[in-house]
Amino acid sequence: MGLNEQQVERYSRQIILEEVGGKGQGKLLSSKVLIVGAGGLGAPAALYLAAAGVGTIGVVDDDQVDLSNLQRQIIHTTADVDVDKVTSAKTKMEAINPDVTVQTYKMRLTAENISEIIRRYDFVIDGTDNFTSKFLINDACYFEKIPFSHAGILRFYGQLITVVPGQSTCYRCVFRSPPPVGVVPSCSQAGVLGALAGVIGSLQATEALKYLLGVGQLLTGILLTYDALEMDFRAVKLQRNPDCPLCGGKPQITELRDEEQPVCDLKRD
Amino acid sequence: MKLVVNGNELDCSDGLTVNDLLTEQNVKMPEMVSVELNGEILKRGEFDTTTLKEDDKVEFLYFMGGGDGFK
Repeated sequence: MGLNEQQVERYSRQIILEEVGGKGQGKLLSSKVLIVGAGGLGAPAALYLAAAGVGTIGVVDDDQVDLSNLQRQIIHTTADVDVDKVTSAKTKMEAINPDVTVQTYKMRLTAENISEIIRRYDFVIDGTDNFTSKFLINDACYFEKIPFSHAGILRFYGQLITVVPGQSTCYRCVFRSPPPVGVVPSCSQAGVLGALAGVIGSLQATEALKYLLGVGQLLTGILLTYDALEMDFRAVKLQRNPDCPLCGGKPQITELRDEEQPVCDLKRD
Repeated sequence: MKLVVNGNELDCSDGLTVNDLLTEQNVKMPEMVSVELNGEILKRGEFDTTTLKEDDKVEFLYFMGGGDGFK
């Protein structure tokens, strides 16, 4: 893909990187990334991927912007309260970079609809806050063979892992199934530092860009954990699990299903 | 005996099971963690029956949601 004069200037700081170059920039412009959840993780990821010139970015979210989101979901502004998150996100992403086509999906992903959506993309970013969605994304990406970045955040802690299905450790290799309801607190119950969401969401965007460019070492087989209070990053090596119910030797999960395990019992009015 | 738990060296009494260690480390609900022992993920049913040895490397891996993309 040839770059015009404006594009050469816009992307000059990354084109100058040996690992990117004009060729890499062309790759990014013809790449497609899906961001599931336009929240604390999805917001920084969407902004950075749009700024970097990822040509097509899908954003999935069924929610509207709430005042309590703005402490961390930096793609939304005060004027966006009550606006659909996908609409609010699309406006900012296109304002940053008109090169980018933003496709919005105002819906919740389910076992019924997820496959046909994710198969339109090269890479998926899981920025959801609930375990039903996280396991669904893991399973669907496995069946469709689409690499993805998984992340979770809570209080001052965050973690992420990149999964290349069939090749690297998947979410179910580590966590077999969703935790019982109420065992793991949600951010709305336990709180979360906004800047922490920014760190982890930016790391997810970094993984997406590296994957699209084919450079560096992905966080495959490694869970990167971040403790913001101690300012401690740890890379925990995780081997593939031969007993994994999804990608192990004798898989028990052979088709998609919705596992009903809501993240918390606090329902917002 | 000496264990390495989430990267930190820890002095523990001999004969400790994974479940004992979870209790000692104040993990109130074992359902909220996965446990990796020397590079392998343990089945939940093995927490009670797996006795830890000197220099074992244990990782407690916590479920984390977050993101707040969906309510």
